Amino acid sequence: MDILVLLKQVPATESLITIADDGKRVNTDNAKWVINPYDEFAVEEALQIKKAHGGTVTVISVGNDKTVEALRTGLAMGADRAVLINDPATADCDGLGIARILAAAIRDMSCDVIIAGQRAVDDDNYLVGAAVAEFLNIPHISMVVKEEITDGTIRCHQSIDGGTSLLEAPLPVLFTTQRGLNEPRYASLPGIMKAKKKPIDTRTLADIGLDAGEIAPRARIIEMKLPPERTGGRIIEGDSAQAKAAALVRALREEAKVI
Amino acid sequence: MSVLVITEQRDGAFRKVSYEALSEGKRVADALGVSLTAVVLGDGVEGIAAEAGKYGAEKILVADAPELREYTVDACTNVLAAIIEKEGPAAIIMGASVQGKELAARLAARLNAGLAMDCIDLRVDGGDLIATRPIYGGKVLAEVALSGAPQIAAIRPNAMTVTETAAAGVIETADVAVGETRIRFIEKTVDTGKADLTEADVIVSGGRGMGGEDFSALEEMAGLLDGAVGASRSAVDEGWRPHADQVGQTGKVVSPSLYIACGISGAIQHLAGMSSSRVIVAVNKDADAPIFAKADYGVVGDLFELVPAITEEVRKIKG
Ligand SMILES: Cc1cc2nc3c(=O)[nH]c(=O)nc-3n(C[C@H](O)[C@H](O)[C@H](O)COP(=O)(O)OP(=O)(O)OC[C@H]3O[C@@H](n4cnc5c(N)ncnc54)[C@H](O)[C@@H]3O)c2cc1C
Repeated sequence: MDILVLLKQVPATESLITIADDGKRVNTDNAKWVINPYDEFAVEEALQIKKAHGGTVTVISVGNDKTVEALRTGLAMGADRAVLINDPATADCDGLGIARILAAAIRDMSCDVIIAGQRAVDDDNYLVGAAVAEFLNIPHISMVVKEEITDGTIRCHQSIDGGTSLLEAPLPVLFTTQRGLNEPRYASLPGIMKAKKKPIDTRTLADIGLDAGEIAPRARIIEMKLPPERTGGRIIEGDSAQAKAAALVRALREEAKVI
Repeated sequence: MSVLVITEQRDGAFRKVSYEALSEGKRVADALGVSLTAVVLGDGVEGIAAEAGKYGAEKILVADAPELREYTVDACTNVLAAIIEKEGPAAIIMGASVQGKELAARLAARLNAGLAMDCIDLRVDGGDLIATRPIYGGKVLAEVALSGAPQIAAIRPNAMTVTETAAAGVIETADVAVGETRIRFIEKTVDTGKADLTEADVIVSGGRGMGGEDFSALEEMAGLLDGAVGASRSAVDEGWRPHADQVGQTGKVVSPSLYIACGISGAIQHLAGMSSSRVIVAVNKDADAPIFAKADYGVVGDLFELVPAITEEVRKIKG
């Protein structure tokens, strides 16, 4: 079974985010970089599928020199190899452009299962997995909390609004992860040592047969701003729980008008 | 030209986000000076189709087929792509529900359309859609300009206002081209007894401060307020609540009118899921808990005393 994991390096959620002077990007100079949390579920699930069915796990990312760190972490968790598409022309891509690049890179690779995070927690796009599947013309199942592969078919429990549904699709398939799927392992020290020797196959857009025109963005960020500061912060005073409760409910009804 | 709204129904009833999408679609259509068309997909959905007219759809296309009884992304993408090709809309608006998100993504790729996901505001600028969407877990708001046609905006549930109009739409039957599908629906389990978190107008959430799996005090308050019960990751990790109840970065992103956080400290990953709530109330015994900095109203004290007392006060005004 050849398993691919789409992996993105993102600033850790705790990182302080400030907006750059051009108002179109965030400053990430002081950020701590990590693997997108949903992609950690994807790496873990890939390793478990490999354990059950044999095969190889490849982590693949569109990024820059720094992204190598995240790929090495994926390798240290147990992935066999890594592919990095590193090209300055990808810097202004929208989600669709990234998906086009990943699909072009994957097209010549052998693969039975592709796993992606349901979204990356930086741009919160919920887009790349489904779009890669579309470009590769394979089925995709999003927000998977449990899966089982038998005889070339995958069965997935998918989380939907208010419940779950059970779906089935033939391989090759792409599915995206949801919390509950597994508990990602940490990279062990021997894993980290081994990862240093594993190959990272680095490619440019030209290597995968794309030119910059094909990935021109159709969705462009024109401005970033911070959300309005919450000004409220009013502490409800009172001598007893009852007094506080009464004051709160009065405020919610009369000031905020929400009940 | 038109604005096309893709509605979402489940088991023969529109989901709330569909009314929001239609109302927003009407505003966008008016701004562009074009008409509004709604698409209703399913099996035996003619009955509900007319309802779309109440929110401004002049034309309602009904795609009705047994293969559409249960939603699968590939069947819906095929059917919608054919309809969109035929209608040639300037913009497409749909709900960013769980299903709406995967459908929007797949459609954008198929149509090579610019997509803004999970939008909380839309405006029109010289024929193009400008969407505002939270990124970095709500720490930043990005204005995204879409270009080309069609442009797709998927709107965050609960973020836009519903507006009824007096008009009635003309219902037409759409061609249904289900085409090749590979995803087979087997079954689903939906708890119809309670409101889904992303749709709920009021959410009462509990965290580690609940101290155990007895959330009945929160259930009672939520019940009185027609709301739903959510949880922090700690409460879920403890096994007190199911994963589906988790609010936050690795849980659900919610935007209710009122979010009441009980015994939740306000970690950044939790805030990522609820900071776009209109009014936030925090109940916490630690006066320094970070949640108070984000709450519109804070009540310092023991939740086991405060929650029943608040419920009692709500009962007085509701009773
Ligand atoms: C990658 C990643 C993703 C994450 N995703 C999420 C997510 O999606 N959602 C999420 O919630 N968290 C998430 N977390 C976890 C998050 O960092 C916090 O650990 C979690 O939110 C804390 O939950 P809590 O507020 O319930 O618990 P705590 O931080 O332990 O806070 C409990 C609070 O209850 C108060 N309290 C205790 N007893 C009482 C009482 N009797 N009356 C009143 N108050 C009381 C305490 O003062 C305290 O403030 C994530 C973490 C990571 C690393």
